Amino acid sequence: MLRFALLRTLSAIPTLLLVIVLAFLMVHAAPGGPFDDERVLPPENARNIAAAYHLDESLPRQFVRYLSGLVRGDLGPSYHYRDHSVSELIGAALPLSLRLGLLSIALAMVAGIGAGVLAALKNNTATDRLVTGVAMIGISVPVFVVAPLLVLVFAVQLGWLPASWSSGDAGWRLLLPVVALALPQIAYVTRLTRAGMIEALNSDFVRTARAQGLGLLSIVRFHALKAALLPVASYLGPAIAAVLTGAVVVETIFGIPGLGQLFVRGALNRDYTLVLGIVVFCAALIVLLNLLVDLLYGFLDPRIREP
Amino acid sequence: MNTAATASTFAGTFRSVGTAVKVSGGILLFVAVMALAVPLLSPHDYFSMDLEKRFLSPMLEGARLFGTDDLGRDLFVRTFSGTRVTLLVAIVASFVSLVIGVAYGAIAGYAGGKIDAVMMRLVDALYALPFMFLVILLMVAFERNFLLIFVAIGAINWLDMARIVRGQTLSLKEREFVDAARLIGVPPLAIVFRHVVPNLLGVVAVYVTLTIPQAILVESFLSFLGLGVQEPQTSLGGLVNDGVTQMERAPWLLLIPGTLLAIILLSFNFLGDGLRDALDPRRRRA
Amino acid sequence: MPGRPRPRRRMFAALVACLGILSCSGGAPETAGTLERGLGAEPESLDYHKARSTQAGNVQRDLGEGLTGYTEDGDLVPRAASGWEISGDGREFTFHLRPEGRWSTGETVTAEDFVYSFRRLVDPATASFYSQSVTDIENAGEIIAGEKPVQELAVSANGEFELRIRLERPTPYFLALLTHPSMFPVHRGSIEQHGQQFARPGKLVTNGAYTLMGWELGSLIELRRNEHYWDNASTAIDRVRHHIVNEPAVELNRYRAGELHITDNVPPEAFERLREERQTELRVAPYLDVYYYGFNLTKPPFKDNPDLRRALSMAIDRQALTENVAGRGEAPAWSWVPPGVDNYGRWRFSYADLSQEERHREARRAYAEAGYDSDNPLQTEIRYNTSDTHQRIALAIQSMWRDVLGVEATLVNEEFQVLLSNMRAKEVTQVFRSSWRGDYNDANTFLQVMLSDAPSNMTGYSNKEFDSLVAQAAEQTDPEDRRRFLEEAEHLLLSDHPVIPIYFYVSKHLVSPRVRGWGDNVLDYHYSQHLSLSAE
Repeated sequence: MLRFALLRTLSAIPTLLLVIVLAFLMVHAAPGGPFDDERVLPPENARNIAAAYHLDESLPRQFVRYLSGLVRGDLGPSYHYRDHSVSELIGAALPLSLRLGLLSIALAMVAGIGAGVLAALKNNTATDRLVTGVAMIGISVPVFVVAPLLVLVFAVQLGWLPASWSSGDAGWRLLLPVVALALPQIAYVTRLTRAGMIEALNSDFVRTARAQGLGLLSIVRFHALKAALLPVASYLGPAIAAVLTGAVVVETIFGIPGLGQLFVRGALNRDYTLVLGIVVFCAALIVLLNLLVDLLYGFLDPRIREP
Repeated sequence: MNTAATASTFAGTFRSVGTAVKVSGGILLFVAVMALAVPLLSPHDYFSMDLEKRFLSPMLEGARLFGTDDLGRDLFVRTFSGTRVTLLVAIVASFVSLVIGVAYGAIAGYAGGKIDAVMMRLVDALYALPFMFLVILLMVAFERNFLLIFVAIGAINWLDMARIVRGQTLSLKEREFVDAARLIGVPPLAIVFRHVVPNLLGVVAVYVTLTIPQAILVESFLSFLGLGVQEPQTSLGGLVNDGVTQMERAPWLLLIPGTLLAIILLSFNFLGDGLRDALDPRRRRA
Repeated sequence: MPGRPRPRRRMFAALVACLGILSCSGGAPETAGTLERGLGAEPESLDYHKARSTQAGNVQRDLGEGLTGYTEDGDLVPRAASGWEISGDGREFTFHLRPEGRWSTGETVTAEDFVYSFRRLVDPATASFYSQSVTDIENAGEIIAGEKPVQELAVSANGEFELRIRLERPTPYFLALLTHPSMFPVHRGSIEQHGQQFARPGKLVTNGAYTLMGWELGSLIELRRNEHYWDNASTAIDRVRHHIVNEPAVELNRYRAGELHITDNVPPEAFERLREERQTELRVAPYLDVYYYGFNLTKPPFKDNPDLRRALSMAIDRQALTENVAGRGEAPAWSWVPPGVDNYGRWRFSYADLSQEERHREARRAYAEAGYDSDNPLQTEIRYNTSDTHQRIALAIQSMWRDVLGVEATLVNEEFQVLLSNMRAKEVTQVFRSSWRGDYNDANTFLQVMLSDAPSNMTGYSNKEFDSLVAQAAEQTDPEDRRRFLEEAEHLLLSDHPVIPIYFYVSKHLVSPRVRGWGDNVLDYHYSQHLSLSAE
């Protein structure tokens, strides 16, 4: 198990390197620079600024400089937000994004697994069809359609929930964004759980147990659920990626200062270091999460562990 | 020999699918026809503004079935014009990812051993990239031309296709006709592309119906961020984006394209699901 | 009889009343309170020398104070300086600093502080963004270019409270320039102690009405009253919270929910409704910013073709654009310099007073003279950066050009940085959308951008006579003479049509009825120290 984990972690390093190189090249390839503006800087100022931020060096040198900082854990100063380093900016945005993301995933898992189990147990009844139907709609309606609709209905028309985020005590403020973000994932998890559950319930193992007179609920709890959750576990990785993506939209609509927003603004501002920092951070995060998922998978299905 | 097999697969598939699938297929066909016909036949075009007739509600006036937007442009035409663009982007992008994915997966699966291991490791590695971020960077970096949108979307989607094709290839390469071809001395690449791939097409077709919605979502998302198709040309995603800003004053500007988008995605999903169930070997057994 | 207050009681009541009146004297407002303001974007920096956005300026103007400042109505007044003398040739300024000026640490603000700050501004090592505003100071330009040492900057202290500044030429708008945050003094001690980190809560030392109490990245900047500020008694509000909200639609929601007293902006789609529902809260005022379409004069079809340019300008129905498309009370632009500028008249296009139909006729004539007609239409590209408003205006103009002249224009929507890059290169641009905001209240800030060697001149306009007129204006000491030269320069500019000014921006805010002291001014400066909140 340990060897498995170690191997996986090591293979992540070339991935990360690839990511960094790609992102670095793309950001620098974009026309415009971090200090461009309609008020064009006089050439002397431009030169001074370029020197201060090492933009006058050749691209490979800049890359090496960046990489050596990275190794020391220094993501560099933000080019646009000149009082702060990239680490600080990410650090400020991260807790919120994390909260948003984790809550969404948690909601998706709980609601999705619950609905999926329900549908599977009531297979081929009206309940099952209802749940499946709703789930289908859930994966078909994009986040950026759902989110504004939720705002329109719950915040503007009914006035039950705040329409946007603001600093200070969060509480209810994250409810609408979390729901908007979670909905498509709930749908996917429901479908996966339902399919896995149905298959598990029809397996020989379970049929034997039932023939022996074991109660349905205990069967579900001890045998079927574990097997049914395998596809869900493997979906966890893509789910997190999807949440990261959807978060950009949700953060924009609700005015949440999270990582997604920070990234888009960084890209538009050509804030090289900020963009690279976020990409590296997220890639590292995804790799880590994939590793955890793999471990979870290995735990759930012992067959995987054997080489 | 191969074409006959493929044809019978398709025929059998068609017979065994459920009504949901047939309905979905019908809807998509209808939408496609509308997308082609409406812009051609409508008295209005998708870019003419009429500043006197802004924010007309649907059905209020003559041919303006869906009303007008904030610049007095007819929503009916724009919706289907946008659908055209969305479908076009999605189909072409899916095709791009299909070509790359099938080639990659088939080669990896057929080659087996070390080559396969390395190629699949690369796929695993690429999975870890925060793709949406890189796509945004790409769009920002390269001045948003139409072609690039396809490339960007195709670049995201080929990974799944590659994995599935590889899996299928692994099982296919043990079949007799492959052995026979090898014995005759057909070169490996030719075996891959002339024998293996055609037999994959059934599965591939099914997965394409699932990658198309993904491509549509990505394109819509990019339009939402302001990085998609350029004005006055629009796509469903762009229309939704416009609709969101006018949401309180003219909700139909969001609801109509949004609903159509959802219907299209729903239909593709049903279609894909149904086809996949139909092709599922376990179902056939029963 | 019951009910008649006894004498002792009445005296007591009178005493209390007196105390009440006494405590209210001194002009204090009803409540001190916390002002919640919207801020449209996160400031790039609170270091005066490193920021240039308007949002950064909004916060910085609450934190620091320059030699001069503005009242709520836009009148220039002395602030850190109590007065000044200007030499006969208009080039030497002697400022008398207020002896009661204090930093938030309690230390006195001295002339040395200003000397240090100006030197830091022009020091190449600082890599500042706004130092071009001081190139009028003798030697500043050479210092920025690294050709002279910082000590040679013609800013010197004569004693503790006298500051001498020598300029390259009589720059009549110099006093207005001094209101800009880049001219505020920075605290030497904290920079030497904290380095680049000095602009943080708890470290930043300010000489203005407020100090920096907190900065939650991405969401909130909190300011607290600076007790040591020399004019602290006039400051009504104790705490100011600048909420960072990037989307105007979101900001509007928060305003409606009562979370904000003042918004930074108003989303265009909500404007008409707000004008009906919240007429008194919606504050719209002329702003020193012009929205224009520029021509690339270095290449055909617009090179050497003033008739064509004029035709295109006349074919645009600016009234319809501002009413229906932009829709926020903007004013159609018939000149380059916006109205409301100090010491300036109003030159307008010769066709400004014609009816739109007459303009169309004129436009067609000019179009024909330029060599185009329906068989040989003009084919061109309109470039603009991604934004709802720009898109709608571009669509409208494309439509107008097509309907009136038969011009075939394609729209090219580019991301801002890409457009900027193209505009500067002048290779692919033909017609491009841009805007220019004035830095100070003087016509020069608008005219100088059209000089042949101006870095921000994206049109390639190069007219020796224009350059000469503007240069001569800068040498005048008499305001009347100066005005004449500037007006002549604009007249020349307008007849050459290197740009099509389309409309003048307006500043738009929602201001809660509880806020008192808000004044509309063309620079859109609203210092928190001038505002107060009524109780409710």
